[in-house]
Amino acid sequence: MQQSNTYVIVFSAVLTVILGFLLSGSAQFLAPWQQEAIALDKKKQILGAVISGEEIEAMTPEQVNEFYNNNISSTVVDIKGQEVTAEGVTAEKVEIAKFYKKPAEERQYPVFMYHELGDRSKVKSYIFPLYGAGLWDAIWGYVALDTDMNTIGGITLAHAAETPGLGARITEPGVQARYVGKKIFDENGELVAVEMKKGEGKDYSSNPHEVDGLSGATITAVGVNNMLSSYLSYYSAYIEAKNSAQAVAGL
Amino acid sequence: MSAETIEKVIDVKPAEGLISKRRRKLVTDPLIDENPITIQVLGICSALAVTTQMKPTLVMSISVIFVIVLSNVVISLMRNTIPSRVRIIVQLAVVATLVTLVSELLKAFSYDMYKELSVFIGLIITNCIVMGRLEAFAMGNKPYDSMLDGLGSALGYSWIILTVAFFRELFGSGAVFGIPVYSYVSGIFGDDFKLANNGLMVTPVGAFIILGLIVWVQRSKTGYVEH
Repeated sequence: MQQSNTYVIVFSAVLTVILGFLLSGSAQFLAPWQQEAIALDKKKQILGAVISGEEIEAMTPEQVNEFYNNNISSTVVDIKGQEVTAEGVTAEKVEIAKFYKKPAEERQYPVFMYHELGDRSKVKSYIFPLYGAGLWDAIWGYVALDTDMNTIGGITLAHAAETPGLGARITEPGVQARYVGKKIFDENGELVAVEMKKGEGKDYSSNPHEVDGLSGATITAVGVNNMLSSYLSYYSAYIEAKNSAQAVAGL
Repeated sequence: MSAETIEKVIDVKPAEGLISKRRRKLVTDPLIDENPITIQVLGICSALAVTTQMKPTLVMSISVIFVIVLSNVVISLMRNTIPSRVRIIVQLAVVATLVTLVSELLKAFSYDMYKELSVFIGLIITNCIVMGRLEAFAMGNKPYDSMLDGLGSALGYSWIILTVAFFRELFGSGAVFGIPVYSYVSGIFGDDFKLANNGLMVTPVGAFIILGLIVWVQRSKTGYVEH
């Protein structure tokens, strides 16, 4: 008697409604915590470009927020390096992944400025977001440039689904440390960014535009190279504006 | 309800204790003699995928315990109302709901783990151990027994993947629970004594090797032979 079609349909419908309510209810209920966790994770990634991962690990969430609020200020620029002053636009809320789908000219580009010891008047480094494609899925990160707008002070790289032990190694501190001190402009002032080479174990300390690669993860490395060079080029107008402003100040 | 899906129908005497011998066996059998991974060879996919480090493996174990126990209880409570023609879909819907709940909870309260385990939490849905216990046990037994049965299977799964993770993290990354054991050892014996990480252990191949060794040791002890 349980086996009639009506029973099966009614049973399935009731079950679907109950489970549906349960899921949407829990998603609603947990949303504030989830958003907080995502925002905190983003701050940790931004800070990761300027301070070491161990320092961040040692901080409680409150300390991370406090450190971030004291030492990081931000602005949003467009492709021409002009500040975007529209209402409701804040750098922390700009979703790079969403803008990635739009043409480069229409995107918003957040810039994060790192001030040492809470001194707002002096910028220690400029942090730019990166976003691109790895082997399996998206990769992203943040790169910090020193005030000469040429030397890389640090980089954080993250990924959605790169192969563990191969492409996923871009998250390792040892790999990210390879970028520190590299230059993004050549002697003629052309933007060349930094290229991660194929193969691993070679010494690239004499070349300011190349870093040691990841064995077995060439496609991920190419993805990192692409996102670094493309995002630095999107910010090139802003970088050049900062450079000339500093040159004027220096005179 | 179709009779062929029931593994064993047990007569429960009214005065049976909460931890009677039979009920203890429900929990202890899957630990060694009926282990889901090493004997039944179920849930291998996640055993290979999440076991590079101890910490995510522990979170995975807790999630699997939560999902198996609760889905066993829920399905057992509904067992007399579930139409047998759609029972697999019903089981799947319950499991999927619980897994999504785990995933949402991790996202809210342990975001780092959520990122690290990412897709593998979702893949608990397809873990054969979960569906296997629902179909073989919860559909034909009372809630409390089903809970114990689920707990046993989940613990059997957990201790195996934790053992695999221990060796993979130790040999592959030179650490246990993120504590860099290798660098401590080098610290004691001086810089000349350096332990190298074995990259093979980080790849799924390493998990296969460790798992194979565990199965070998276990079967040589218990004398279990596949027929």
